[in-house]
Amino acid sequence: MLTRIRSEAREPGGGSEAGGTLRFTFDGREMTGRAGDSVAAALLAGGVLRFRDSAVAGAPRGPFCLMGVCFECLVEIDGQGNCQACMVPLAEGMTVRSQSGGPQVVAPAAGRRAPGQGETT
Amino acid sequence: MTPLARADVAVLGGGIHGCSAALHCALRGLSVVVVEKDSVARHASGVNAGGVRRLGRHPAEIPISDYSMKLWRNIAELVDDDCGFQRAPQIKVAESDAELESLAERARMVRGLGFEHEELLDRARLRELLPAVAGHCVGGLASMDDGFAIPYVTTFAFQRKAQSLGVRFFEQTRALDLQRDGTAWRLETDRGAVEAETLVNCGGAWGNLVAARLGEPAPVEAIAPMMLVTARLPAFCTAVVGATGRPLSFKQMPNGTVVIGGGRRGVADPATDRSDLRFAELRLTAQTAAEVFPIMAGATIVRGWAGIEGRMPDDIPVIGPSTRAERVFHAFGFSAHGFQLGPGVGAILAELVATGATQAPIAPFSIGRFAAPGGQAAG
Amino acid sequence: MRCDLAVIGAGPAGLAAATRAAEAGLSVELFDEQPAPGGQIYRAIESVPAPRRELLGPDYAAGAALASAFRASGAGYHPGALVWNVDATLAVDFSRDGRSRQCRARAVVVATGAIERPTPLPGWTLPGVTGAGALQILLKAQGLVPSEPVVLAGSGPLLLLLADQLTRAGAPPKAVVETVPRGRLLAAAKHLPAALRAPGYLAKGLKMLRALKAAGVPLHRGATDLAIEGGERAEALSFTAGGRRHRLEAGLIALHQGVVPNQQVTRLLRCAHRWSGSQRCFLPVLDDWCESSVEGVFVAGDGAGIGGAASAALRGRLAALGALRRLRGDVAEDEAAGLRRDLARDGAVRPLLEALYAPSEQVLAPADDTLVCRCEEVTAGQLRQSVALGCPGPNQAKSFLRCGMGPCQGRFCGLAVTEIIAAARGEPQQEIDYYRIRPPLKPLPLAELAAFEADEDAA
Repeated sequence: MLTRIRSEAREPGGGSEAGGTLRFTFDGREMTGRAGDSVAAALLAGGVLRFRDSAVAGAPRGPFCLMGVCFECLVEIDGQGNCQACMVPLAEGMTVRSQSGGPQVVAPAAGRRAPGQGETT
Repeated sequence: MTPLARADVAVLGGGIHGCSAALHCALRGLSVVVVEKDSVARHASGVNAGGVRRLGRHPAEIPISDYSMKLWRNIAELVDDDCGFQRAPQIKVAESDAELESLAERARMVRGLGFEHEELLDRARLRELLPAVAGHCVGGLASMDDGFAIPYVTTFAFQRKAQSLGVRFFEQTRALDLQRDGTAWRLETDRGAVEAETLVNCGGAWGNLVAARLGEPAPVEAIAPMMLVTARLPAFCTAVVGATGRPLSFKQMPNGTVVIGGGRRGVADPATDRSDLRFAELRLTAQTAAEVFPIMAGATIVRGWAGIEGRMPDDIPVIGPSTRAERVFHAFGFSAHGFQLGPGVGAILAELVATGATQAPIAPFSIGRFAAPGGQAAG
Repeated sequence: MRCDLAVIGAGPAGLAAATRAAEAGLSVELFDEQPAPGGQIYRAIESVPAPRRELLGPDYAAGAALASAFRASGAGYHPGALVWNVDATLAVDFSRDGRSRQCRARAVVVATGAIERPTPLPGWTLPGVTGAGALQILLKAQGLVPSEPVVLAGSGPLLLLLADQLTRAGAPPKAVVETVPRGRLLAAAKHLPAALRAPGYLAKGLKMLRALKAAGVPLHRGATDLAIEGGERAEALSFTAGGRRHRLEAGLIALHQGVVPNQQVTRLLRCAHRWSGSQRCFLPVLDDWCESSVEGVFVAGDGAGIGGAASAALRGRLAALGALRRLRGDVAEDEAAGLRRDLARDGAVRPLLEALYAPSEQVLAPADDTLVCRCEEVTAGQLRQSVALGCPGPNQAKSFLRCGMGPCQGRFCGLAVTEIIAAARGEPQQEIDYYRIRPPLKPLPLAELAAFEADEDAA
């Protein structure tokens, strides 16, 4: 878990103005972050370490570098897959989903998705 | 001076055709040396789209493509590696009634030649095979028992199998000059001379350099077909798909990534071995992919690349004996559709080398078709 | 869009290069992926609250002057812009706000900085394991610190700096585990006299060590055989030190083995690179004006070889002078000579640091079952096996195993792959070379590529 340093621990006021609290969801769960957070920082501050499952073995993964290099923090943001959570500034109302990179079967004609399959596309 | 190597056969070029020719010659008991200026499978053979396709071939290529397909179906028996080969339908999609009619005509032509592998698909059958295809697509043409493979894995497997039979590969070795020395060819390279009774030219985009030495220039154009690959997507397509009226080839690999190609070209510079992408063109490839498969609009491009390939003016390769020199056989200029032909053409070349003749109908591929009228080589 | 000079990266090198070139009258466009200037070293320098700036120390605060000079310089600035291709004509393709466009430049300064060296260790892919740089970024940019036990492990000045900063932020690490072998200090000592020429570095290092000791942070030296344990996330770090096995329970483990140049753009442009035995990485080959083997392509900052923030700004200015010389024939010899003198002085500490903090053998030669390519999940053993089959280099291993083919494009396995293949084949790293880097430099939505506006359309 991570926490704000003491001098900044006080919760900022609501709203999306600078320094304010931003609301977003992660896999449907309501969360908050602060203006100035990257999506990754907001998730980490909210106790999320596991951002996705790896593409080959389906193993749990989370951010490693937080500077746009490792691509371990890939998530789906507002419907676009493969976003680097550490590079995207958090915005009010974002819908963030964890990502499972494997090629699960879908039946596109019927629009059905296999169990556990997020809306990867 | 002691030569670098001496063998029955010297193969120039370590692409799929050179490696296959070397393997098949070795299978016939010949000693073989392969000379490659880069590393094996460095250009088109290692980085093509991997289609193993009989569908849509030039009529002259259909018989050798059909023969090669038989080898692909048992590829592991040939090279001890499955090469990532998967049987899959190859489908050309018609985006309009006019395109469908042209495909119907094509299907009739192929049947008229006595081949049964191409079949016309109506709207409903197309959707059975390609549930994710866009609504405006009206039908298609399919070769149900074609497939795809992994190009580098394949060419590398041919190399390894050839090596296991004693074929020696000289990579990073550039051929500089060529002389007939009594009953043998003497190939000067930057690492020494290679002497061999027979020369097999599988030089790809550089195949014209050898031909020119022999006084039979061949108008090879170096091209750089561009490809894109996406991040993994959920499985939605089990066929290899092409479009009819515009450049597109499209397939989803078993791991979920989608390889998009189809012939839009980057910039090729064979002198420096360099190829560059042109994103102003690749943009059109991306547009086409998303129009034929709407699911692709949400895909992510991970990487683009191009490999240098040799294209002939009539878009069919040069295969067969030199018309000017003894004991030289050519196989180059496959014009961006040679990967599937590799296993078969290698076998045909080995037959030519070993027996001097072949039953395969290779006359249309003679290098002689580029000779100037009057029998003088052009240029 | 067109310009004289495109600068990629807004760290100290990019900011200094853009500022100097714009002051001289060149039209300059600076592209940077971050939302604000500073790069990783001066992350959030313009917006950081005063108490946070204080605890990060005066070296960090020094970045503010660079940022404000850049703001005043008149250079064009494109924050949040991902450069995903630079072609041979120096057309820069970039993505910003979901839209891709092109800027045609006459010269380019690549100031894309450093990345942390890959640290392949058992368990290094578990959530909760990060680079040390990652924790420092969370502290700088968001004021976030661990609220559960964290262990810092590896080698390099950043490890101590981070430990010091976390301690001052009220979140001291549970322990620092150094992999620097015993005896290394003695071997490095021959560089000590030279290092003393560099202003202040050694004194700062010793001060940090004293502060850690005073704060009661245990320092384990000479650690080997590191392994991270855990199921769904990191739970503990175990290692051997002082002749026995240790196990430290911690949910956060920050690894570090130094930093290396981010070579994606210079590789994409096919600039010549050479292997540096002392930095244990590839460096672009540069002339006295920071120009690479590709005319018009300049490299400044840690991307040109690790030198730290002060050197980065100096090299940024030098690269700007190089661009002025190339584009306008202006030869500022005196200014350049002054910059080179300052660079030599500031860089005097590097040989000592490079010798002392050379990466640990365990990450250079990972065990067979350790994952090297995180994206495509390829192990060191698989790489060695591909070499045994005949794969001659990284590009063939990539085609054969898919290592380096994932979204990170080899950033996090490339150097390890070069090292492993070099060792397995018994050939020098220079000969083994590196992945060919293909565009786009980072994954790009297909829909965005379909709408890409190349310069010919925009005109």
